[in-house]
Amino acid sequence: MEKLMEEIRVAIWDHDAKKVKELVERAVAENVDIVTIVNEGLVSGMNRIGEKFKSNEVFIPEVLVSARAMAAGMAVIKPMLVKAGIKEKGTFVIGTVKDDMHDIGKNLVIMMFEGAGYKVVDLGINVSTEKFVQAVGEHNPDVIGLAALLTTTMTNMKETTAAIKAKYPDAKIIVGGAPVTQRFADQIGADAYASDGAVAVEKANLIISA
Amino acid sequence: MLIIGEKINSSIPSVAAAIGNMDRPTIQKLALDQVKAGAGVIDVNAGAFLEREVELLTWLVKAVQEVTDVPLCIDSPSPAALEAALAVVNKKAIINSISAEKERYSSVIPLIKQYKSSIIALCMDDQGIPATTEKRIEIAHSLTDHLLADGVSLEDIYLDVMVQPIGTDNESGRIALDTVSAIRAEIPGVHITCGLSNVSYGLPKRRLLNQAFAVALAACGMDVMFIDPLDEKMVALLCAINALTGCDEYCCDYLTSYRAGTLV
Repeated sequence: MEKLMEEIRVAIWDHDAKKVKELVERAVAENVDIVTIVNEGLVSGMNRIGEKFKSNEVFIPEVLVSARAMAAGMAVIKPMLVKAGIKEKGTFVIGTVKDDMHDIGKNLVIMMFEGAGYKVVDLGINVSTEKFVQAVGEHNPDVIGLAALLTTTMTNMKETTAAIKAKYPDAKIIVGGAPVTQRFADQIGADAYASDGAVAVEKANLIISA
Repeated sequence: MLIIGEKINSSIPSVAAAIGNMDRPTIQKLALDQVKAGAGVIDVNAGAFLEREVELLTWLVKAVQEVTDVPLCIDSPSPAALEAALAVVNKKAIINSISAEKERYSSVIPLIKQYKSSIIALCMDDQGIPATTEKRIEIAHSLTDHLLADGVSLEDIYLDVMVQPIGTDNESGRIALDTVSAIRAEIPGVHITCGLSNVSYGLPKRRLLNQAFAVALAACGMDVMFIDPLDEKMVALLCAINALTGCDEYCCDYLTSYRAGTLV
């Protein structure tokens, strides 16, 4: 089984969407637990890419193509989660804040939440405060995620957090993105800070079980 | 070909440090080096400083004006910072920027009118950065019409075609080039520019991509370039493409550059 997980990781590294799909299908046929496939195959494979990206050995287009390979694997898993009658863990609404166009990291976070069994509502990029507040009202999420990749758009997180909490005091908000820090999260009144997708899922799980 | 020197920008960590510390000598040297290398305008940006932006942008304008007469390009998304900086500018400046976004347009147009500035006009609206060439051209036309109707002269309008990284969408370069060609043909007399170095974001050997792109944009009709004037190869390439596109009578500038030893 470990060999199969390693093959999935290598296929993601090679950004081979077709192979990832086949390997995930094989793992499912061999009754490998879905959570294991996601965490030790797909997420783990993307993490390797992520590390090489941070050290400038791998570049954005390559991250994108590997993310697509991971998505091909997730596409196999998702219907299984529904079919197995696995109840959704919770609802997660996520978006990149106003004036910010970055979405690669956000999309990876989405995949991790889906793999962890959440229903995810993706508001996209350049999402205004009004649109976030409206989405919270519409979807009644258990957790809300705000992403920002620029120091100049980070400030919009403050406005959005305040507006959501003013209307929905029980709303739980996780913030993340390259310039974001725990200190910033505390300053703006967010409930948690996540340094990456895996941490975000952990924190969301904690919030839900609290 | 107008070169706007882009180096005094708070998104560059080393420059941000100098700005934050109000390090006059460093900033003034940056300004002078860029002018010496051929910059006809100096862009100043303190946008990374959020709360201190008004204070620092104003300081930047004063510091740079002390050592050079070259016009300034006041670069900020905040009307308050623009206003504070324009109040201390001593000659006609370029405001960077306005767009077709409702709120942005209405908050910047009074400043243009009051200070009779030139304006960098971003081809984007409340729906964000357009995904296609066609949408960019559409906004370029409507934004130009609005500015003209508000009393801005055509020669004071610098349309920014909104360049995106090819690393995230490999059509981005083609879209920018086609937009420039179309605007040049359809709105004669307007200036055309863009955030050139955005095109190479996330890829290795950015200078190479930026240089190739600058040449391509110039060939399509872009006449104003935001570049690092200290990139000698870039400046030499722009001099060459200027001559090659018939913008250098008798190849005068080219030969002058040759004798000055700047054609590397």
